[in-house]
Amino acid sequence: MTLSFIRSVAVPLPLANVDTDQILPKQFLTTLERNGLAAGLFYDLRFDDRGEPRADFVMNHPAYAGAEVLIAGANFGCGSSREHAAWALADFGLKCVIAPSFGEIFRSNCTNNAILPAALRGEEVVTLLAQVGAGALSIDIAAQTIEAPSGETFRFALSSNEKRKLLNGFDDIALTLRYVAEIEAFEGKRGGMRQP
Amino acid sequence: MSARTLYDKIWESRLVAADEDETILYVDLHLLYEVTSPQAFSGLRAARRGVRRPDLTLAVGDHGVPTSNQAAGIAGVPDAAVRAQLAALEANAAAHAIELYPLGDARNGIVHVVGPEQGRTAPGMIIVCGDSHTSTHGAFGALAFGIGASDVEHVLATQTVRLRKLKNMQVRFHGRCGPGVSAKDMALALIGALGADGGAGHVIEYCGDAVSGLSMEARMTLCNMSIEAGARAGLIAPDESTFAYLRATPAWRTRTDYADALIAWRGLRSDADAHWDRVVDIECSTIEPCVTWGTSPDQVVAIGGAAPEPARIPDPTRRASAVRALAYMGLAPSQPLAGLPIDRVFIGSCTNGRIEDLRAVAEIVAGRRVASGVRAMVVPGSGLVRRRAEAEGLDKIFLAAGFEWREPGCSMCLGMNADKAAPGERVASTSNRNFEGRQGRGARTHLMSPAMAAAAAIAGALVDVRLLAPAPARIMESA
Ligand code: SF4
Repeated sequence: MTLSFIRSVAVPLPLANVDTDQILPKQFLTTLERNGLAAGLFYDLRFDDRGEPRADFVMNHPAYAGAEVLIAGANFGCGSSREHAAWALADFGLKCVIAPSFGEIFRSNCTNNAILPAALRGEEVVTLLAQVGAGALSIDIAAQTIEAPSGETFRFALSSNEKRKLLNGFDDIALTLRYVAEIEAFEGKRGGMRQP
Repeated sequence: MSARTLYDKIWESRLVAADEDETILYVDLHLLYEVTSPQAFSGLRAARRGVRRPDLTLAVGDHGVPTSNQAAGIAGVPDAAVRAQLAALEANAAAHAIELYPLGDARNGIVHVVGPEQGRTAPGMIIVCGDSHTSTHGAFGALAFGIGASDVEHVLATQTVRLRKLKNMQVRFHGRCGPGVSAKDMALALIGALGADGGAGHVIEYCGDAVSGLSMEARMTLCNMSIEAGARAGLIAPDESTFAYLRATPAWRTRTDYADALIAWRGLRSDADAHWDRVVDIECSTIEPCVTWGTSPDQVVAIGGAAPEPARIPDPTRRASAVRALAYMGLAPSQPLAGLPIDRVFIGSCTNGRIEDLRAVAEIVAGRRVASGVRAMVVPGSGLVRRRAEAEGLDKIFLAAGFEWREPGCSMCLGMNADKAAPGERVASTSNRNFEGRQGRGARTHLMSPAMAAAAAIAGALVDVRLLAPAPARIMESA
């Protein structure tokens, strides 16, 4: 899975501290698979007690059908380490979340699943939120830029490993196994700490 | 070499290689459980990879397990999907020669209770688990943090983890906590002060005389909640309390290399002149018994306080979140917390499911009755905690008071099993997350200490534990 450009309208979800329990509630955690979690994405927000879509929840609005970008408040993806949250976003078709900040484990779960966590400054996020009705965003991962419908461009930070992974779809294990000699040397030197 | 923090020292001692801007660090202990490991093992199989160090890996079943009839083993688990996850864990552990404590074994329990209890957690280690509350193990001076399932697969295959170095935050707790104030209140007060993302990008080291004075179990409670302030890990330098605790564990009772280990452990502390990116000071005498009012752990006040007035919150996103939280929690702006009637009480979790927590509850409820209409349960953190509580007669106290005495597991902390609250039910809970829907769809969670939850059970409402008259049992004893 690789990710280099995204052009899409964005769904606004301007709430702070949206935790991974909300992104994917626990009743969907009993799976043995990575796939098929789109049905559970934001389940309690998207559906009412009878399982009917809530008309007042933004992602159920036809204007945002097929959107690949979500714009959220600070500390998005905080809480539980469940990668199921990232799997659900990906399964739903979301490729990028823009927010002022992210839960750290969630952030690495995103880049491990070809989802871009784009952190912008709070006022930049507000600018983008104000333009959600005005058209699509253009996101260039190599250039690390987001172009708003108005033409304004914002830059987001990525570590070189995150960028390399998103652009090339690299598997971290394969990257680390290039250092197997160093791992063996470490084990020879001190081992893991001795276990009972 | 310049002065270093404990975090810096552990980092440097486990460094294997650098790859661009990430560091590859060696993992000393990898903990597994049934929910976040099946996909990792499938990934290994698909790539024809093996488990590099099964001897540094330990598996338990905890998140979805039922809290009754565990003697029947996996076959007795009523939920088919949970049964399949537990069976997959057992099969994966067997296939890769990984040690596993089976369901019903007294050693099994919540992963973060089991590791320390068995002595598998030790100072200076890097410990990872596909669970965010792995920070708990930092109480022993280990660098311990949660990872996602892809990273679980990475650790299984390579026994290493890839990270970028975080900043150092020192949190100093000074003085003494007043009566009725515990490590849980210290944690909640800190999270309230920092915010749910205030620790983001940092590893927290807890310091100060108040931390040195905490028992190991209380230290685990404090480190456990680090993630709720957004910090990936929290740690405490090991000291004589740490060594005494470890010496008594099954792993270390019989070790012949304890003396050598002790020498290494004694060097594990931050240098006096180490650089901190941020320092936070908290005076313990100012901390009161805390209770959360909202749906994020930083939405917290002293029990004498009230829900906020959203109109006074300047930031629009935070204001919107407060409005939403109040509606979800069924609270009016400025509504006082004390006196709020509750429906359920949950004593347990990796935050407060250890023996000292159960003793604190027993002390409050001995000789009293749970208020009518309130359903209260005690879920010990492990089979050994349960056994010990029974040896001390705590189970009798709980049962006589009207509590349910359950078998170990995560239980109502996340409600993956049958233990959940119904929509609209208000829960006094000793767990760590008051997120929307966490304890059941529509459930309203108030986080607090074991003593406060015990007091709420008796009063049938949120109440200041310090205002409760001494328990009848205690009066009898002293008479
Ligand atoms: S008790 Fe709760 S927080 Fe702790 S590991 Fe289990 S589910 Fe997670």
